Amino acid sequence: MIESIISSIGIGGFAGSMIALLIKIAIVFGVVMLHVAYATYFERKVIGHIQMRLGPMTVGPHGILQPVADGIKSFFKEDVIPSGADKAIFKLAPVVSVFAALGCLAVVPFFDGFVLANINIGLLYIFAMSSLSAYGIVMAGWSSNSKYSFLGGLRSTAQVISYEVALGLSLVGVMILSESLNLTEIVNAQQKYWHGMFIIPQFLGAFVFMIAAFAETNRAPFDLPEAESELVAGFFVEYSGMRFALFYMAEYIGMLVMSSISVLCFMGGWTLPPFILEVFPSLAAVPGLVWFLFKIYFHVFVYYWIRSTLPRFRYDHLMSLGWKVLIPLALINIVITALVKYYC
Amino acid sequence: MTPKIFFIYFAISMTFMSVMVITRRNPVHSVLWMIGLFFHIAAVYLFLNAEFLAAVQIILYAGAIMVLFLFVIMMLNLKEEVVAPRFIGEWPIGVALGIAIITMIIYSVFTIQPGPVGEHTIEAIQKTTHAKAIGSLLYTKYIFPFEIASLVLLVAVVGAIVLAKKR
Repeated sequence: MIESIISSIGIGGFAGSMIALLIKIAIVFGVVMLHVAYATYFERKVIGHIQMRLGPMTVGPHGILQPVADGIKSFFKEDVIPSGADKAIFKLAPVVSVFAALGCLAVVPFFDGFVLANINIGLLYIFAMSSLSAYGIVMAGWSSNSKYSFLGGLRSTAQVISYEVALGLSLVGVMILSESLNLTEIVNAQQKYWHGMFIIPQFLGAFVFMIAAFAETNRAPFDLPEAESELVAGFFVEYSGMRFALFYMAEYIGMLVMSSISVLCFMGGWTLPPFILEVFPSLAAVPGLVWFLFKIYFHVFVYYWIRSTLPRFRYDHLMSLGWKVLIPLALINIVITALVKYYC
Repeated sequence: MTPKIFFIYFAISMTFMSVMVITRRNPVHSVLWMIGLFFHIAAVYLFLNAEFLAAVQIILYAGAIMVLFLFVIMMLNLKEEVVAPRFIGEWPIGVALGIAIITMIIYSVFTIQPGPVGEHTIEAIQKTTHAKAIGSLLYTKYIFPFEIASLVLLVAVVGAIVLAKKR
């Protein structure tokens, strides 16, 4: 759509496609950043109501302008760098975090045909990018030169590496069923089944993915890296102002990315299951982006729901859950899926 | 022309980063430069149309192995490491060997002759997608070396567990 508008102005060829890509990137970046801002508001509201509170109410009607106020506050706050810190790495760490989180968005198809880079190794690319998010945390933990951050960084490294294995293995079933690593083709492959969602044959994989995604994004009940009761705030204790906000953004972008992978791989992406469309044919007129966003919001709600319901795991429990429960479950899922695929 | 410019950039910065890796006083800085280096190597794989290898390069080397490196180095007593000299006494021998290898490579680059084109041309791989092409070769034609490699890895895993359990 954007390409045709640009070529109609008269800019064609390589330059035209580059400009179209830049415009698309700007759109995706803007929309995602808005979502990040309001995901914090949504989180505080949801958790507030679950705990019988109202959540933010002061800034704007029902506190609707709270994220704007928070953003302005953190932008103008003093930026403190500890004197014992390794300055270059200290400054680089939040950038790496945000880069790793935003990088994943390049291959996420938001609706049919709208994807920044439609590459054949989409899923592998996302694994590569999400494995980088550990570096932001490790670098922050090490360079701050503080015991709390260092412990948070070490914990997080071990946690992210362990759960990455389960995360990767849980998606292998989806790869087997769809015979592709391209996210658009994975969504199209789900449409060939009556259920239209891989969560039904792949419930084991979806379960493992969901838990591993919580650990990968360092969200409760796996927020050991920041465990405020033991480590004050974990790896970003020493950060303030905008650099602190960057870590916060990276966490929320990571959450949105993990939700969107779950939506694309297990819940049919921007499509509706065929059996629902047969009953309500008029729903086909609704644009796919609406369904995609609805499914994302549901996932994000589940993140908040679980955060306000479950207490934090103890560290050894976390490790044994990852290695002794989730990885074997994911392996069983791969074997069963492969056998069913081969013999049926 | 554009690919050439990109390649020149990657070649120069890879050389620069390799030098940085071996000259930094702080081992953590060395590891971080090395991660940057791995990214650039992945980009060179992309130039060779090996997108699968590029992704695996980042997932395995940058994502897993270097994190473990960083983990170990951070756990070591850094103050001693920083004070100790970065180069052992025998470094001139290493430089001589390096120069010898570079001359050999440069010499062979100018006398290289392209071999016959196999069945896995760029067009053929783009048609089947990269992951599928690698997978079907690995599990049919090269199944024996593949299984040997997995056995070697299994031995390493068992060995690591035995070492860790020994008190």
